[in-house]
Order: sequence, then C-alpha cells, then structure tokens
Amino acid sequence: MTAIPQPAAMLEVRDLALSFGGVQAIRQLAFDVFPGEVLAIIGPNGAGKTSVLNTVTRVFDASRGSIRFDGQELTGVQRHAVAALGIARTFQNIELFEAATVIDNLLLGRHRFGQGAWWQQLLRTPAVTRIEESSRAAVEEVIEFLDLSPWRNTLVAGLPYGVRKVVELGRALATGPRLLFLDEPASGLNPEETRRLGFWIDDIRSDLGITVVMVEHDMSLVSAVSDRVICMAQGELLATGSAREVQNHPLVISAYLGS
Amino acid sequence: MRFDYNTRYRDSFALLRHTDQRIAYGLLALVLLALPWLASTYFVGELAYVFILCIASLGLMVLTGYTGQVSLGHAAFLAVGAYGHAWMLGQGVPLLPSLALAGLMCAACGLALGFPAIRVSGLYLAMVTLAFSAIATHVIGQWTSVTGGFTGLAVADPTMAGFSLGGPKAFYFLCLALLVVVLLGLLNLLRSGMGRAFVGVRDSEAAAYSLGIAVSRVKVTAFALSAGVTGLAGALLAHHTKYLTPDAFTLILSMELVLMVVIGGLGSLRGAILGAMLISLLPTLISRIKPLLPDSIAKQFGMETFIFGLILALFVLYEPAGINGRWLKLRALVQSFPLYRRDTFKRTKRYMKSERYK
Repeated sequence: MTAIPQPAAMLEVRDLALSFGGVQAIRQLAFDVFPGEVLAIIGPNGAGKTSVLNTVTRVFDASRGSIRFDGQELTGVQRHAVAALGIARTFQNIELFEAATVIDNLLLGRHRFGQGAWWQQLLRTPAVTRIEESSRAAVEEVIEFLDLSPWRNTLVAGLPYGVRKVVELGRALATGPRLLFLDEPASGLNPEETRRLGFWIDDIRSDLGITVVMVEHDMSLVSAVSDRVICMAQGELLATGSAREVQNHPLVISAYLGS
Repeated sequence: MRFDYNTRYRDSFALLRHTDQRIAYGLLALVLLALPWLASTYFVGELAYVFILCIASLGLMVLTGYTGQVSLGHAAFLAVGAYGHAWMLGQGVPLLPSLALAGLMCAACGLALGFPAIRVSGLYLAMVTLAFSAIATHVIGQWTSVTGGFTGLAVADPTMAGFSLGGPKAFYFLCLALLVVVLLGLLNLLRSGMGRAFVGVRDSEAAAYSLGIAVSRVKVTAFALSAGVTGLAGALLAHHTKYLTPDAFTLILSMELVLMVVIGGLGSLRGAILGAMLISLLPTLISRIKPLLPDSIAKQFGMETFIFGLILALFVLYEPAGINGRWLKLRALVQSFPLYRRDTFKRTKRYMKSERYK
C-alpha cells in the first residue's frame, strides 16, 4: 500500500522570526499551507497569530526566515505587490473605505487588474468604460455570492457591523485571490452570522477553489470549517492537527489554562 | 421617490443619469452663457475671478478632499503658475500652450514636493507644505531677473489667434471654458480607477496596500495632479490681477483655499465649487452689508477675517460635511418628500479603530 502523495505546499513558512526591539512576536515558526485546505490558526492573545498574517502580507519585515508562495520568496516583495500574486486578506478591526459605497469598496478590490492608462481615464475612453463594465460584472458576482445586493449603493459608514465584516470579505474575494487570509472573521458576529460565515468559508474553498487561512478564536467555527488547525503561543508553534487533536493537546491546554 | 432601473452597467456610471439633472445642468449652462450680456461688467469680472478660484479649489480638493493629504501651501502653486505663465507670455509663447505649460510646470513642482512630503502625514505634512510655500514666495521675491522681485511683473493681455481675450466678456468665457474642461477631466478621473485609489488611500492605507494599490505612488500622483490644476488657476489669476507681486500669494490665500474645500465639503467636487463661490464672494457681500451696520462695528479692522473664522467654526461644529452635505440633505428631503425620516442623517459614533498600522 502506498501513501497518498502529499500535494506540494502553496505557502511554506520556514524558520520565521519577527521581533520589535526586545519583544519577540514570532520565534522559529515553520508551517505549510496546502492548496485547497482551510487552515485555522488559534492561540491565546499575544501569541503572534496576527503578526504571522502581517508578516506574510508584508506589513512587517521578517527579522529572519523565509516565506515562499508557490516557490517564490515573499520576504523581498513590496507590500503592494502581494495582491498581484493572488494573496488577499481581511483585517481584525475592519479596514473598509468608510466614505465610499459598498460597490466602490468592492471595485477597489479589482484595482490589481488594471484600470486603463491615466489619459484614458481622464478622457473616459470607450476602453475605460469597457474595463469598468467588466469590473462591475465581476463585482456583481461577489455581491450575489455574499447576498450583499440590499447594500450595493449604501455608504459603508452607515452599515451595521456584521454587514461590514461581509463587505470586507467580499472586497478580498473581488481581488480574485488564490490564498485568502481572514483575521478573526467571526469577531463581533452573532451566532447566526457566524454560522452563515462558516457556510461561506466552506463555499469559498469548495466552489471558488480558494485556499483559506484564518486566525480565529471561535472554536465552534474552527471545528466546523477547518481541515487543519495550528495552535500558537508566545510566537511559537505548539501543535498542528485536526481541531479535535489540537484542542486535546496537553501543551495547548496548558497554554490556555496554565499548567 | 426615485428608483433606478438600469439595463446596462454603464447606465449606472453615466455623469447625468436622470432627465431632471439634464434639464437643471442645461439651464445652468444657458444662464452662464447668457450672463455676460445680462449682468454688469463689474459682476462679470468678479465671476471670472470666482471661476479661477473654483479651479484652484478643485485642485486642492483632489489632494485634501479625495486623497486626505492636507496642504497649507497651495498659494505657492498658484504663484508658480502665475509667474511661469507671465514669464512664458513675455517670451512670446502663445496663450494656450503657455497655460498648459504653466500647469505642467506646477505638476512638476508638485512631484518635487510630493516625494519628500508623502513620508509624513497630518500635521507634519501641513508643516512641510507650509515651509514649501514660504520658500517659494522667498525665491520669487529674490529671483528678480525672472520675476521682477518685489517691484512686480506686468502680465501681457491674453490674446488668441490675433484676438484679445483681455476684455471682461472674453476673459469670462476663457475662465468658464477652462473650468468646464478641468471639471469634466476630474469627474472622469475620480469615477475611474485612479479616483477610487485616491479614496482608498484616504480611508485606509493598510487596506489600500492589501488590494495592490501603490500608496506612495498614488499620493505623489495626487500631489502632481492637484498642483497642476492649481497652477492652471494661477496662470488665469495672473490675467485677472494683471500685475504680479510675491505678497499676493501669502499664507492667507492658502488658508482661503483650505477654507473653500472644508466649508464646501471634503470629498466632493460640487463642494469645491460651492465653497469657492462662497469664500470668493464673501468680501463683496461683507462690503455690501457694511453700510447697513453701525459705524462702531463697520469700521472695525479685521472684519473679514473674523467672519471667515466665524463661518468656518460654525460649519465645523454644525455641518462637518460642508455646503455639499447641506445640499445632499436638502435634496434627499425634496426627493423623498412626504416620506422623509427626520433622523436620516443623524451622526453616529464611529467604531473605534484600535489597530491602525501603516
């Protein structure tokens, strides 16, 4: 009997370290993300989960180590060039464009696909109108997928919190990613909204074929949608495995509850 | 109540979407075209000046209102545009190329200022632009061979294809035409990818980066575009004042431009135009009101500054969205007439942002 061959990792993090002066946010971290999976990163506050996400998306420069996405080293890539590789993210504290409408927020997600030369935009040439129409069509797919049509022309500043979370997810989807990072997608949502989110994450993985990495505290969501779970504490990896395995791991229990 | 029924995506981003808008703007165009024959020569000249300030205010609006970058030094771009244009006219460059070159020259200055300035934001950016303005005024004062220094520089009358455009009517139409061109160009830019990128950079840099927007490049572009448009206004201003001295472009002028965009309503081109109209006509209004006031008040020194300050304070307190915000509310009231809900525009507290990183 031969073992099922493991697919090549989509994202390989090796020997990653991140320090701010004397504070070591991440030390000696190594993990893989495989295409087509939902990976959850859990851990107590201050474990370095969001820092991992910020290091991969180039908000912070890693102090040491390598991050390879499809074999390409990410640590030297410019921060705004990450989206073009097919990596999208959401933020823990929603970072939407507040004074713009939902549709404009989503259209900004299409920015990486090109908007026409500046003089074409200035003159609003037919080419630009066509680009706008195709962006709009792509955005409408996201709107339909996430049931956002009642809010299409509403300013984000006037939206309730739960809807903002969905808009932010939609904006990340509009960038057409292959790898999607969600930073605490369920924080601030009620149980019903969390369940809906769970279905969407499942659909994003299964129907849209996007690999998902999420940082999350809500264990009901984590066990419902994730294929694999990583637990971090104090910048280090404690355990990986299925949700149940990680939850019952002695190191994880001691990290949360104290030994 | 109005409900859109669009059958194509392009219907939803057309500039004039509804019949009543077409009628309203058509009437406005007719009035503006007929006005020189209906109003007094003084008023027509005054309107040309208003149009020039509208262009300058539009320029600053792109930078401050859309991209969120404060500038207290835009008078310097007006000055560079004005002197550049006057100098080029003196060298025999025709009117339209000279106007375009003055705008381009200012855009280059905007680039030169933008590269160092985008490293800082908020209050520090205001200080950098302020310093730039002070330096520019100083250079203009000292560079006597080109600018005439503090003795001043006379500006040649605008002529095009042998016709003089120096008369009030002709100059009115020149300013109006350029205002329309600038306005249409900016409308196009701001409803395309570039305008959305401006707004993205203003509202959340972190999110803008994550969507693939090169934040620094967008900011520098906004600086250059804003400076270029303001420079064009400066070139027209040179014809309006007919004689340039460095002390016409002081901090007060920069502050007035900031007042225009803030009182007009940040983030709206309509606001830029309404704000420019209010601020530029305010001195005339005050001088009209003065005779009606008792002597002890009317003779006070600094009345205008006081009223400017008062208006700004009232707007910041009671209508932060500016004249444009007032206009939108009025329109919503009329459009939804018997069904208007009183608290539609009630201001609510914002969600706390605890983790803002660059």
